[in-house]
Amino acid sequence: MSHDGINPGRRNFLISATSVVGAAGFVGAAVPFVGSWTPSAKALAAGAPVKVDIGKLNPGDILGPIPAWRDRPIFVVKRTEEMMSRLNRRNYRLADPDSEEQKQPDYARNETRSIRPDIGILVGICTHLSCSPKFNPAIEPQPFDTEWVGGFYCPCHGSMFDLAGRVYKDVPAPTNLEVPPHFFESDSVVVIGEDGGVA
Amino acid sequence: MATVQESLQNVMNWVDERLPVTKTYEKHMSKYYAPKNFNFWYIFGVLSVVVLVLQLVTGIWLTMNYIPAGDRAFASVEFIMRDVEFGWMLRYMHSTGASAFFVVVYMHMFRGLMYGSYKKPRELIWILGMLIYVALMAEGFFGYLLPWGNMSYWGAQVIVSLVGAIPFWGEELAVWVRGDFNMSEVALNRFFALHVVLVPLALIVLVFLHILALHEVGSNNPDGIDVKANVDEEGKPLDSVPFHPYYTIGHDLPAIVIFLFVFCAVMFFYPDGGGYLIEHPNYEPADPLKTPELIAPVWYYTPFYSMLRACTFPLFGMTAKFWGLVVMAGAIAIPFVLPWLDRSPVKSIRYKGLGSKVFLTLFVISFFILGYLGTVHPTPMKTALAQLCTGIYFAYFLLMPWYTSVEKTKPVPERVPE
Amino acid sequence: MKMMERRNFKTLLLSAVAIYCISVQALGAGSSYPLMRMDPNLDDKASLQRGMQTFMNYCFGCHSLQYQRYNRTARDLGIPEELMLKHVIIDPDVRIGSLMENNISVDHAKQWFGAVPPDLTLVARLRGGRDINNRPDWLYTFLLTFYEDEARPLGVNNLVFENVGMPHPLVNLQGVQQRVCKDVPQLAANGGEIRDPLTNEYVTENLCGEDLIGRGISPLQHVEGTGELTPDEYEQVIYDLTNFLYYVAEPIRADRERIGVYVLIFLAILYVFTWLLAREYHKEYH
Repeated sequence: MSHDGINPGRRNFLISATSVVGAAGFVGAAVPFVGSWTPSAKALAAGAPVKVDIGKLNPGDILGPIPAWRDRPIFVVKRTEEMMSRLNRRNYRLADPDSEEQKQPDYARNETRSIRPDIGILVGICTHLSCSPKFNPAIEPQPFDTEWVGGFYCPCHGSMFDLAGRVYKDVPAPTNLEVPPHFFESDSVVVIGEDGGVA
Repeated sequence: MATVQESLQNVMNWVDERLPVTKTYEKHMSKYYAPKNFNFWYIFGVLSVVVLVLQLVTGIWLTMNYIPAGDRAFASVEFIMRDVEFGWMLRYMHSTGASAFFVVVYMHMFRGLMYGSYKKPRELIWILGMLIYVALMAEGFFGYLLPWGNMSYWGAQVIVSLVGAIPFWGEELAVWVRGDFNMSEVALNRFFALHVVLVPLALIVLVFLHILALHEVGSNNPDGIDVKANVDEEGKPLDSVPFHPYYTIGHDLPAIVIFLFVFCAVMFFYPDGGGYLIEHPNYEPADPLKTPELIAPVWYYTPFYSMLRACTFPLFGMTAKFWGLVVMAGAIAIPFVLPWLDRSPVKSIRYKGLGSKVFLTLFVISFFILGYLGTVHPTPMKTALAQLCTGIYFAYFLLMPWYTSVEKTKPVPERVPE
Repeated sequence: MKMMERRNFKTLLLSAVAIYCISVQALGAGSSYPLMRMDPNLDDKASLQRGMQTFMNYCFGCHSLQYQRYNRTARDLGIPEELMLKHVIIDPDVRIGSLMENNISVDHAKQWFGAVPPDLTLVARLRGGRDINNRPDWLYTFLLTFYEDEARPLGVNNLVFENVGMPHPLVNLQGVQQRVCKDVPQLAANGGEIRDPLTNEYVTENLCGEDLIGRGISPLQHVEGTGELTPDEYEQVIYDLTNFLYYVAEPIRADRERIGVYVLIFLAILYVFTWLLAREYHKEYH
């Protein structure tokens, strides 16, 4: 084996250049494998906006978690006058009463976190570890909270939210419940999953 | 700088005392000496490993969306082809990869025949290689059922029925293999398990042993010269170079890129290969009531399928169907004993006599003809040709003890010729 | 040695291509009727859109496209989703992302036709050619060669699909075709057409069926005055319909060919680098 005529500079350059091009190829080859984990056309079709008829919903009741948008439970709450006035009062126990965190579309960044004050629409998934909180409108002491004034309570890890989905202080959940994009097609029909060109 | 290198070295030492990383690297890569006269035919072993990895990875990804259920398997393949992001690419890689696997393995085996790589002391390497080949055929066969197209269904039906040719227990055995009285979801489920778990595991183990055995005795070369007979004072074979980097970078890397180029050209522009890589009847779901007009296996099985069909007459009181099975099984089994059929004092075809050259040539030609005949409808003329070629196939092996011992060989040089 | 290697690589390329491309003719679909050539064009969006319209109007009542989604079709054919919803889907309960399934009941279908009409998503591949474009010649010819046949239960037969079990769905457009015998020039032993030496007119003979087909002449004749379209217009309709089914059978075809070009270019570049690097190491021991 002769070692004449070897140019280490040239060899090192070629090693680096080939490695760079090869690494680019490797990344390219990884694209279909990584990409195939994104939601399929089927999942996207199932996750299309849904229409919900709220005409028969009585004040104080909740619809859901039946209408599943993107296979996630959606809460549609019709609030009573009393509930709405309570949401407007400032609750010192809330962590983010003014919805500073972007967990809602801009048009729902208000006290009630909704377009219509009486209709609250929330993704029923706790922002802690994705359990589904329970709707509990009662204004009476609960085993988990002696000062309960109605809202959502997550049985998994004890997170509490008010009737607008705003998270309490000192619970595991970090942020308010998510408000999905939505708009009212008519007084009694709401489309969930789409802004209707508002936002 | 020195300290970084030192601490890296320390880490490496720490590992080496517990796990022989450096030792293994040296034994199989940087101090594995390969003869320096390797040629074109010596890249197919590496390419087989490349395709094996490709098939394993794409296969794992396909199982993420494939559903092995009778009423959903076909639709799930179309789901992969349409709805899964890049699913079509994964599927075509896998289907093209199956054919590519056999292309490189057939080339690799032909190299072995040509240069006598099966001869002492490499008999075990050859036998392990044959086991890999048989496992690969099983893997392809099981996998071919999974798309649950009509050709999948009837192909499996025909081959499983072949088991029925075994005397006495044949029919019961065929029912046992199917787990049902006809091909059904039951077979689909067990074939799926075999295709994605058992056979791939066996393949990986066999490939590992194949390479281990190779690195124990060292590679053969086109001249069939024992390079270990000539070593320098340090014990390094004079006619060899370290596998890494001289073969890995100096030989295999560009070859792999060329292979990938051909592979991608087929995969992106001709994925069904005119019905040879993906057969057209497989674009309709399995239908137990409707046989495709021509049941032809995928090209890599057609030589053996031809031999099966070439058996058209009963013999010694046994049916033609039985002899078909015997001939086909024999054709796959006989290469296992090749190391003991070859009596030649030399390994490579370069130094063997006329007999070996003529027989090897006839063997390859008849294998190609059989492969072609297996894809078309049989006619009396074609069946006669298939019978002739089957005869040549077996003659190559069975007459080998004779023609290799009587032919005049050329003297093998001591050192690799420059 | 290096020359050898280069030649060897060429051999590798050629032999791999040869093994991949051994191409055998025939293996058609039962009939020996010569197929008419159909070169699909996936870039012709207008043709694909017209083809889809024909399919939805005339075929979709019985044949679904159950693996294909409306939104993908809309996207690939350049149709806005609103238009797709309004004019193609119509049914307000069907969403844009739905599969293109129809509501035909299996029981009804069996009663009417004796069999369930097959799904047609993949028909162009099932009946596709073995060439690199999988030309849908069979489908095209099939759709053009329905003819009147009183012997069949539905009064219709087909040249490439003998005893087909479906009616001619586009008979209103095409009109009636009849299988006829035609007067054609007689052929001499040398293959030339015979003319009368006095009048210089062709000497004709009356041929039927296979004999006509053997001469490359269609045994079908369009009945004047039937059908809304001229034969030329009808051929265009069938071209578009076949083109659409060709698209539906492999909607990613255009994507794969486009991506394929980039991949091959990349590999060619990578080869240059690996080859230069390999040469560096080769120098050492040769």
